[in-house]
Amino acid sequence: MEKFTTLTGVAAPLPMVNIDTDKIFPAVYLKTIKRTGLSKHLFEEIRFRPDGSENPDFVLNQKPYRNAKILVGGENFGCGSSREHAPWALLDYGIRAVIAPSFADIFYNNCFKNGLLPITLPQSEVDLLLEDAKKGANAILTIDLEKGTITRPDGGTLSFTIDPFRKHCLLEGLDDIGLTEKQAGAISAFEEETRRSRPWLFNITEGAS
Amino acid sequence: MAQPRTLFDKIWQSHLVSEQDDGTCLIYIDMHLVHEVTSPQAFEGLRLAGRRVRRPDATIAVADHNVPTSDRSRGIDDPESRLQVDTLEENVRAFKIPYFPVTDIRQGIVHIIGPEQGLSQPGMTIVCGDSHTATHGAMGALAFGIGTSEVEHVLATQTLLQRRPKNMRVAVEGSLPFGVSAKDVILAIIAKIGTAGGTGHVIEYAGSAIRGLSMEGRMTLCNMTIEAGARAGLVAPDETTFAYLKGRPYAPKGASLEKAFAYWRTLPSDRGVFYDREVSIEASAIAPHVTWGTSPQDALPITGRVPDPALEKDPSRRAAMERSLQYMALKPNTPLVEVAVERVFIGSCTNSRIEDLRAAAAVAKGRRVAKGVRALVVPGSGLVKRQAEEEGLDRIFLEAGFEWREPGCSNCMSMNADRAEHAERIASTSNRNFEGRQGKNAKTHLMGPAMAAAAAVTGHIADVRELS
Repeated sequence: MEKFTTLTGVAAPLPMVNIDTDKIFPAVYLKTIKRTGLSKHLFEEIRFRPDGSENPDFVLNQKPYRNAKILVGGENFGCGSSREHAPWALLDYGIRAVIAPSFADIFYNNCFKNGLLPITLPQSEVDLLLEDAKKGANAILTIDLEKGTITRPDGGTLSFTIDPFRKHCLLEGLDDIGLTEKQAGAISAFEEETRRSRPWLFNITEGAS
Repeated sequence: MAQPRTLFDKIWQSHLVSEQDDGTCLIYIDMHLVHEVTSPQAFEGLRLAGRRVRRPDATIAVADHNVPTSDRSRGIDDPESRLQVDTLEENVRAFKIPYFPVTDIRQGIVHIIGPEQGLSQPGMTIVCGDSHTATHGAMGALAFGIGTSEVEHVLATQTLLQRRPKNMRVAVEGSLPFGVSAKDVILAIIAKIGTAGGTGHVIEYAGSAIRGLSMEGRMTLCNMTIEAGARAGLVAPDETTFAYLKGRPYAPKGASLEKAFAYWRTLPSDRGVFYDREVSIEASAIAPHVTWGTSPQDALPITGRVPDPALEKDPSRRAAMERSLQYMALKPNTPLVEVAVERVFIGSCTNSRIEDLRAAAAVAKGRRVAKGVRALVVPGSGLVKRQAEEEGLDRIFLEAGFEWREPGCSNCMSMNADRAEHAERIASTSNRNFEGRQGKNAKTHLMGPAMAAAAAVTGHIADVRELS
């Protein structure tokens, strides 16, 4: 996973509530067996018109925001399906951070597995950043994960917090599976104990197919 | 005396492998359900790292999203869908994972077959790369959806790194009125608490109306917990649960079952336990519900009218309502029963079990699908389909002009050929009315199976209570 330390880039305002994962990445494109190249369908239904041309009203089709690295969204961002294609498509587009008043649980988890930083801030502070984000080419924010700060275009800062373990993994670009494998002894011990106390939980699917 | 614990607390604690100082927990997973859409990249990750699957005996795979629901003897026409199913088949062979092939009678939607096969059991932790894994909470299991990275993590280690969610209790007391189903209960709950109302929580459904639900009803209820923002919903296991499980193919048997029964009886929440949040709903006040907008929280009793955004005070909510109504091509104050539909979908992991099909067939019997309406009935599994046919439900549907299909996810999210065309308006028993989900610009109205059948035979959204 790519490390996340600091990020400076254009922030695009997307002040809609309940931006669901079907909106971020439509189900019909979930047929891919790859993680890459998904940005062409990012926000497809609102980004493109029925004839396939760009919808000029959509923020990422406007010049300063084409290279946005940060999205500022509304509450309950990423609700709906568990598809990791949503953060994959955002990353493939170049978005490395999403700032919103709240996130849906599964999307929030999925972000951390991919080096995409979801930042939760109170609505009043998100409103300030939405105002900043409307400044087009001047909508530049700097996010410092270690310090937990967002520097606004006027030089002012806002603070955010991330769970220490998740923060550590992002800063170091750590692979969760590798970390968990270091606990192999504890996992085996847990399995042995469960085999004694709840033996029906073993060999469950044996005999299928 | 020990601290009273909730059902969720008990399951969580009995699956805790370790806990870090910051509260990050490593929890053990008892059952992992795998489907073709969210697994290919996970298996690819295992291959690249040279990892194996730790517990194939606690894993099962099935293809459900991409499968055709028409004649399957010719295989899958769409090359991308075919590749995804072929990839799953290659992966289950390579990693020795049990699998129900597309032509197997046991094939079906992953969340239908888990309980049906007795794979989903009380007290278990169950995960799947699919948000509707919440369904299995009906068994009294902690079941939740995960992303593909987490699928890979479970395949490799049989564990997950998680933050501990909070406890929420939603009580529905009293008797459900005539014509009101589990779908109406969950739509009423989501309308009340909102689509983010359960975020960060596990919801335990309780109260006499919940205890009175069949297992199928509890599955419908728990299924849409994710639409209320909570990753998992639970119903305490009871005699209804045990009677359902007994004798199912992968449920414990003999002495093992007796031991399991004894354990399962210790699971329900202790008296006097604390919940971080509690919500209560009076069963007698729930009417059949339908959605009017593009979020599952946009649900109203069937007697209602399309709301007027001008009356909404919150500006972001008002903007969302205006956008919804524009997408749905609905005018404020239109009575819901006057909204004409062009398509009806009875199916999905929410409502494709035998009880759902019986409820829809009871309405369809002796009636005809309205002119200009296309109505699909898609059973949740091969076994549900067979049972329905043994009960003669297929004849009722076919005689009424419904299409009787092979099992799969189908038009719920339309990864196969079952897609709404030309921005059709759909009465659907599925779980999400998001923009574009059932087809480009398709307009979804969520409702229960009897209500969907009523819409099919009348040609508009209808109050099933007036048809019965």
